[in-house]
Amino acid sequence: MKGLKVIVLAKQVPDTRNVGKDAMKADGTVNRAVLPAIFNPEDLNALEQALRIKDQVPGTTVTILTMGPGRAAEIIREGLYRGADDGILLTDRAFAGSDTLATSYALAQTIKKIGEYDIIIAGRQAIDGDTAQVGPQVAQKLNIPQVTYAEEVTIEGEKVKIVRRLENGVETVVAKSPLAITVTSSAPECRSRNAKLLMKYKHARTVSELQNETQDYTHLYNDRPYLTIQEYTVNDIEVDNEQLGLSGSPTKVKKIENVVLQAKDAKKLSTSDEDISELMKELVESHVIG
Amino acid sequence: MNNVFVYCEVEGGKIAEVSQELLTKGRSLADELNCKLEAVAIGSGLDNIGQQVFPYGVDVLHTADDPRLEPFTTLPHTSIVVKLFEETKPQIALMGATSIGRDLGPRVSSALHSGLTADCTSLVIGGHEDKKAKKVYEDLLYQIRPAFGGNIIATIINPDCRPQMATVREGVMKKEIRDVAYEGELVKLDVANYVSDEDFVVEIIERHLEASKVNIKGAPVVIGGGYGVGSKETFDLLHELAEVLGGEVGASRAAVDAGWCDHERQIGQTGVTVRPKLYIACGISGQVQHRAGMEESAQIISINTDPDAPINAIADYVITGDVATVVPKMIKFYKQNTK
Ligand SMILES: Cc1cc2nc3c(=O)[nH]c(=O)nc-3n(C[C@H](O)[C@H](O)[C@H](O)COP(=O)(O)OP(=O)(O)OC[C@H]3O[C@@H](n4cnc5c(N)ncnc54)[C@H](O)[C@@H]3O)c2cc1C
Ligand SMILES: Nc1ncnc2c1ncn2[C@@H]1O[C@H](COP(=O)(O)O)[C@@H](O)[C@H]1O
Repeated sequence: MKGLKVIVLAKQVPDTRNVGKDAMKADGTVNRAVLPAIFNPEDLNALEQALRIKDQVPGTTVTILTMGPGRAAEIIREGLYRGADDGILLTDRAFAGSDTLATSYALAQTIKKIGEYDIIIAGRQAIDGDTAQVGPQVAQKLNIPQVTYAEEVTIEGEKVKIVRRLENGVETVVAKSPLAITVTSSAPECRSRNAKLLMKYKHARTVSELQNETQDYTHLYNDRPYLTIQEYTVNDIEVDNEQLGLSGSPTKVKKIENVVLQAKDAKKLSTSDEDISELMKELVESHVIG
Repeated sequence: MNNVFVYCEVEGGKIAEVSQELLTKGRSLADELNCKLEAVAIGSGLDNIGQQVFPYGVDVLHTADDPRLEPFTTLPHTSIVVKLFEETKPQIALMGATSIGRDLGPRVSSALHSGLTADCTSLVIGGHEDKKAKKVYEDLLYQIRPAFGGNIIATIINPDCRPQMATVREGVMKKEIRDVAYEGELVKLDVANYVSDEDFVVEIIERHLEASKVNIKGAPVVIGGGYGVGSKETFDLLHELAEVLGGEVGASRAAVDAGWCDHERQIGQTGVTVRPKLYIACGISGQVQHRAGMEESAQIISINTDPDAPINAIADYVITGDVATVVPKMIKFYKQNTK
């Protein structure tokens, strides 16, 4: 079997699972600065499936593609440490304010620029927006089939077999590449960093990151091309500017409200026998229970 | 033209609960906008689907009936919905935020370049002024949903692209029959005009579906257990209380993650939504994602060691104390008071 070209779509996201009180600013907007930026959890599940294909089919390469600010190169390095072969950071102010349609357009145009691919693997959803739209939308824009909520992907000759997790059971489907797959959180966790790969890619940098280094490592990057993380801007891909960023986003945020609770006049009770007995009596008498 | 449209999920000739809920919501939006409510059902053996759909006040039902269209696969359903939307140009399109709706919705929205908002918890009609572009919009769909891990509530609009698409979870909207004898028009689509052979490249080879065994959605009393319950043993007390009160046990995600309760019973944004007569929150802090699934309960009791737990703010009765002490007393005094 010939090796496959797999592209993993991964996003760096603020860790919304551990939002403390200081994460919300007084005006009700989110203070991203205090939230740690992490590899979107389901994108790690996606990466694991890609690495399993690589284990299964020799000669397979895994490329991580991420769109985001310069610091998103961190998750490309994280992917390299775990077994990915290379990564592309798509970064440009022109992408700012993108909704899922504009994001998927930019990602799809980048994939077209990469050219050859067999399987695109995305996470089911990103924890900052919780939309689960970008995967299917990239698939639509590339005009390839999609299989969502994958738990297990195996290559069987010319075909790809996928076990899907639905809300009320599982379903197994077969499809041919090229194909887009989204992976769900119940799929196996991603393998940890590999010590050798960590040594190998420790100095992997994008060109912009290199410019900010205090020392001159030019020789290192000339000798070891794999240490340069590719960085694309809007000029490196063919795009219609109308479809990018804010102007390419049909959805607009009209209003953001902080979640505030208006306290009700609750009856306060202790755990004493009297209080609980009284409560149960009241509930029975008012026919709430019984 | 420019009607409200609902994509109805069907399986085995039955329309999904979430679709009925959306039809009810769609009907009230259509009334407000003074337009018609249309629906589409795609599947196999749909002869009886009209009688399940029209009573919700559907004016036009489109059906695409073909053995190849069931079970759901993405591409043929996308092709049909996209072409139908191009022909009928709805202003609003609603789908369930189910594994089907969240697979189909984004694909359709990408094909039509129309905005889609996932997992809305509320849909309201309202106006909008774009000061920069000096444009005023009337009758937009406000798509309201928690965002950013539930820490904020966002109102999303799609001023310029149509249809305005939204997905909504099961249980969020209430279903209500408009008129059992409501008369709508049935339009049977000629499937061959809507799909091509290439749409059938993904093949389902195996399916294991299980109907849910628990019915917490319909239970009059729900005992919700959270991380504060502390152990599987204490969780058993909740089952005992549920049995005595004729209710069901639900759980927060933290309790499900701890392994004390099945995922099927998870209540909240990523679980089920319940509206019982009584919700007893046991050791639940009441994060917004949990509240999203229970705050419309008629009465809420909170049992929590922390007098300032956020859940207490929406509770009718606040018992400050340990679940392990309070729950056995509830069982005991309920029995005494009903004798
Ligand atoms: C995208 C997203 C989706 C989510 N979806 C959901 C969802 O659908 N449903 C959901 O529930 N959560 C969901 N969550 C998680 C949610 O944010 C909370 O983490 C979760 O609800 C907390 O569960 P809890 O209240 O049981 O636990 P905790 O927050 O740990 O609260 C435990 C409570 O128990 C009290 N307590 C401790 N000991 C005792 C005792 N002995 N007796 C009485 N009280 C005691 C404590 O004071 C505390 O208030 C989601 C999160 C994210 C980011
Ligand atoms: N900016 C991005 N760069 C790369 N991949 C992304 C980006 N945004 C979303 N994705 C992919 O699309 C999936 C779904 O994202 P979302 O639609 O935002 O929930 C994520 O799990 C990623 O795999």
